[in-house]
Amino acid sequence: MDGITSFLAAAVVAGTPLLFATLGEILSERAGHLNLGVEGMMLMGAVLGFLTASATSNPILSVLAGAMGGFIGALIYAFLTIELRANQVVSGLTLSIFGAGFSSFMGKGLGGKVVPADLKAYFGPVPIPLLSDIPILGRALFNQSPFVYFGYILAIVLGIYLYKTRPGLNLRAIGESPGAADAAGINVSLYKYIHVTLGGALCGLGGAFLSLVYVPAWQEGITAGRGWIAVALVIFASWNPYKAIIGSYLFGGLDIIGFRIQGTKFAVSQYFIDMLPYIVTILVLVISSIKNSRKNSPPKGLGEAYYREER
Amino acid sequence: MMRFVKRAEISKTKSTLIHITSVILALLVAAVFIFISTHQNPIKVYMAMIKGAFSSRYRINEVIIAAVPLIITALGVSTAFKMKFWNIGGEGQVCMGAFAASLVALKFPTGSRPVTLILMVIAGIIGGSIWALIPAFFKAKWKTNETIVTLMLNYVAIKFIQYLQYGPWKDPKAVGFPKIANFPDEAVLPKVFGVHIGWIIAAILCVVMYIFMNHSKLGFEIAVIGESENTAQYAGMNIKRTIITAMLISGGLCGLTGMIQASAVSGTLSVDVSGGVGYTAIIIAWLSNLSAPIIALVSVLFAGLVQGAAYIQTAFSIPSSVAEMLQGTILFFVLGSEFFIQYEAIRQSKLEKMIQKEIQLECSATSHKEEVL
Amino acid sequence: MNSVDKNLVSIKMENITKHFGKVIANKNISFEAKSGEIHALLGENGAGKSTLMNMLSGIYTPDSGSIFINGKEVNFHSPKDSIEAGIGMIHQHFKLIDVLSAKENIILGEKEGFFLSNKKDNKKIQDLCNKFGLEIDLDKKIYDMSVGEKQNVEIVKVLYRGADILIMDEPTAVLTPQEISRLFSIMKNMKKHGCTIIIITHKMNEVMTIADRITVIRGGETVGTVKKDDPNTNPKMLTELMVGRPMNLSIKRVETQKGKKVLDIKNLTALNEDNVKVLDNISFEIKEGEILGVAGVSGSGQKELCESIAGLHDVESGEIYYKDENIVGKTPREIINKGISMSFVPEDRLGMGLVAPMDIVDNLILKEYHKNKGFIIDREPSKEKAAKIVKKLDIQTPGIDFPVKKLSGGNIQKVLLGRELESDPKLLITAYPVRGLDVGATYTIYNLINEEKKKGVAVLYIGEDLDALIELCDRIMILCGGRITGIIDAKDATKEKLGLLMTGEGEESAV
Repeated sequence: MDGITSFLAAAVVAGTPLLFATLGEILSERAGHLNLGVEGMMLMGAVLGFLTASATSNPILSVLAGAMGGFIGALIYAFLTIELRANQVVSGLTLSIFGAGFSSFMGKGLGGKVVPADLKAYFGPVPIPLLSDIPILGRALFNQSPFVYFGYILAIVLGIYLYKTRPGLNLRAIGESPGAADAAGINVSLYKYIHVTLGGALCGLGGAFLSLVYVPAWQEGITAGRGWIAVALVIFASWNPYKAIIGSYLFGGLDIIGFRIQGTKFAVSQYFIDMLPYIVTILVLVISSIKNSRKNSPPKGLGEAYYREER
Repeated sequence: MMRFVKRAEISKTKSTLIHITSVILALLVAAVFIFISTHQNPIKVYMAMIKGAFSSRYRINEVIIAAVPLIITALGVSTAFKMKFWNIGGEGQVCMGAFAASLVALKFPTGSRPVTLILMVIAGIIGGSIWALIPAFFKAKWKTNETIVTLMLNYVAIKFIQYLQYGPWKDPKAVGFPKIANFPDEAVLPKVFGVHIGWIIAAILCVVMYIFMNHSKLGFEIAVIGESENTAQYAGMNIKRTIITAMLISGGLCGLTGMIQASAVSGTLSVDVSGGVGYTAIIIAWLSNLSAPIIALVSVLFAGLVQGAAYIQTAFSIPSSVAEMLQGTILFFVLGSEFFIQYEAIRQSKLEKMIQKEIQLECSATSHKEEVL
Repeated sequence: MNSVDKNLVSIKMENITKHFGKVIANKNISFEAKSGEIHALLGENGAGKSTLMNMLSGIYTPDSGSIFINGKEVNFHSPKDSIEAGIGMIHQHFKLIDVLSAKENIILGEKEGFFLSNKKDNKKIQDLCNKFGLEIDLDKKIYDMSVGEKQNVEIVKVLYRGADILIMDEPTAVLTPQEISRLFSIMKNMKKHGCTIIIITHKMNEVMTIADRITVIRGGETVGTVKKDDPNTNPKMLTELMVGRPMNLSIKRVETQKGKKVLDIKNLTALNEDNVKVLDNISFEIKEGEILGVAGVSGSGQKELCESIAGLHDVESGEIYYKDENIVGKTPREIINKGISMSFVPEDRLGMGLVAPMDIVDNLILKEYHKNKGFIIDREPSKEKAAKIVKKLDIQTPGIDFPVKKLSGGNIQKVLLGRELESDPKLLITAYPVRGLDVGATYTIYNLINEEKKKGVAVLYIGEDLDALIELCDRIMILCGGRITGIIDAKDATKEKLGLLMTGEGEESAV
């Protein structure tokens, strides 16, 4: 009993950075921009969040700094791809490289340094009365750090935003066909800037979670490829924030399941389990292109620069 | 009021000038950042980087060793890019090439050095080809987006090597950190002039690929398909077959890189055999406009940048990750400069004057036509 | 904002000019439309009608000139401005989002309210539909809809924003006859409510049915505005305004001995992506040493005919016999190798047949390279050919290694045609080869075609200039809406006869 609960709880924690990054990339891709710089933005958020924490021990400032790190990275990408119509793939990859360099540079000498103890307390688990008494699920989901709760709320808010509000509808339209959205009088450029940078901020938050809560110390390359899993998750979740919740915690579970099954009859190398998110994503992509399914396909305008006067 | 209008044409000198300006701007911005964060004189830092990369025989050799995988992988990646097939999977193709070559080296050594090495080369090429064939097949058959598929396969490949390194291929003799056994001597590439023979391979491939892309039938088909599938069809080309062949070459070159890195640089198979070269190669290929000789030049410069950064780490205590930040900054500026090559700023009033002039010219031409008849 | 006074000038465009790169799409155009009127903008494809209207819809900005809406001067910087001024544009290629429902597309871009409110939106839309007589299933996804249904969504979309000036770009292009009459009754309804409706079209019969006034645009300029009810206004006169050319070339028709049948097309039918017939039961033949001209308004199936013969477009039914062999189903390369040469000069002149960033030599190689043995392409023979063609056709270029996209329009076509002629074809299909060329170049091209004819080549010549067709060709085939409305001997042809057949009136039987 306890084993399952603790496993579920750990899966949620492991999945939280993925959730933030995935939600952020969903926003960006819904606006038509494939930003392969997720890893870079997460790293920038992680290092800025950690530095702020070391300097101020203030949880709010640290979290904001984390968001800022991702935001700045996304802003560079946004300016290049929206204003200057640069190639999205190359721009995103560059951001990943730049972000990795930036975080390594800023984090030099901090290796192994831990988050100040008084700050740690702010991010400790806070049980929610009543809900946390529900057996198994309650204890797993509702006895978590506020950062994790923020993740739940964020996903639901983004889901409502995307499907039940006018700006959300406009965003979906832009991702499908910026030309049609433009003709309907929507300010395509503004929407893109807002959502791409907001998406970056969320990725930064995901990185900050790693350095402030998950580890919580500074490590070089703390994201360990999670940014790329997030890119895969967006596809796996069909660009849907609600499905992103399930996917993130699922992949989070896969992340930690390795050593728990060693020695049992289900023992499979951790590395094959690690491959699963990527293989599953490929399968999802292939199947949807075979079915040419409209429901789960990428926003049609993804990857294209939009220019009104193109003849 | 300023408007941006698409340029009708631009001279090669002007576009090169714009590129160079953007690189200089990038260096300036980076210099400011270096000064603010380390309080060092940026000029001194840049000069030290150049010294650290090119000032001694040993250092130059290190740069060449770092440049070789960049060159070959960039050549591979640009073959696909020329066709507008976004092969982001260089990383994975390098790994699988390294894996296939290691298979020969560790499990099937022949006893003769030249034979083993040749088999390893072939295996490396095949390993990378097959890994590239997967996304090519899906694209040709079902139009599956190749950007994501190639990206995902990178991590499958890396995880696979991790599995081997920590599992079935773990060297029992290794103490501490798990690693795969070293290759036998016969599986290690020989050196020429103090650097492993990879540099000769890279140089030859530069020439070969240049000829291939610019003078061969297949190279021509690749270029046409990249520009316009409609025209390619009109000219009677077999598009599906060309896509697959081009990807086999692209993956094969990356696989070859994997073989070289495993055999000559690490002497074994390890999870960092690719070390990000797949991604850097994409950027190099894009910066070089897919041209082989420029790829060679830019690769050497990038490798020099990394070497120089390693040097200033000890000399100035500036973290070597500054190299990545510099690379990133330069590329951001070059990416942005493409816009100014495509479009030019023009004042609204000047625009109106230009148009009135053109209309007058056309009217006089038409009336002239009517006179002639 | 409803204008109570009918016959108020609601739109006035003065001296509008717009250019894209080197192409001038609108030259000093002036245009006006009144409220409570249906005003047709008539002209051939590429004449500049859509460009002009796109400036009213805020998609393009004029390079010079002024626009007045209901008497006030406006400066539209985006579609939003245009919508706020009460203008609603229904584009030729619908700007609808496939994966969303009708309702979602209609309320797109709406400012009021943060949350989507079903009941209020539904009622507002329903009221509109009732007022104008439209029927829409609000929750149906666009990708499930027929073309007629999609168009209704587009119309409600603009009405929902309060548009009282509607611009419809080629609205009947893909509608069935019933859908067309339904559309016309909706338009008449709107007229009654005081709306201004501008309809962009090149279809004569529709113009005569529904329009109150007609403005004809040709080559980026206004040619004239007439009232439909004016006794002088009739399809013939309008066609002449639309397609007439200021030049009158005289070409010597070469008399040759006609040989065997080279091309024999039987009952050819082809469909487009929407499963609409673009070629409908076409049958004709061409003999050696004969030039068969094809006349027709743009978009009548000329492109699809060329592509079907070249193996680039699927054939739904029918046979294409080339020298007694049915080539339907063969690959484009096989067809090229048999000696069939096809060159189609599209409106943008590049795009098909030429690779824009490559030079003349490489573009020549396009059709030749596979004949090379081995892996390497030998460019030398092509370089010689390129030099030869440049000289023969007087192509203005700094060199044979200059990218073709930088050549001026006419020269690009010379490269294209020059290449086709060099391949020594037995059947030459050429569409719009003299599009945009000056007099001298045009003459050169006609002479070249005559030379091919003398060599015994069969020529299928698709052109815009009716005078040229009559003087150059032996017989002329007229296409209208994918069908052959007539094949007549050139000696018996007149521009009026051709014009009528092109618009689908007065069909005649074949030679």
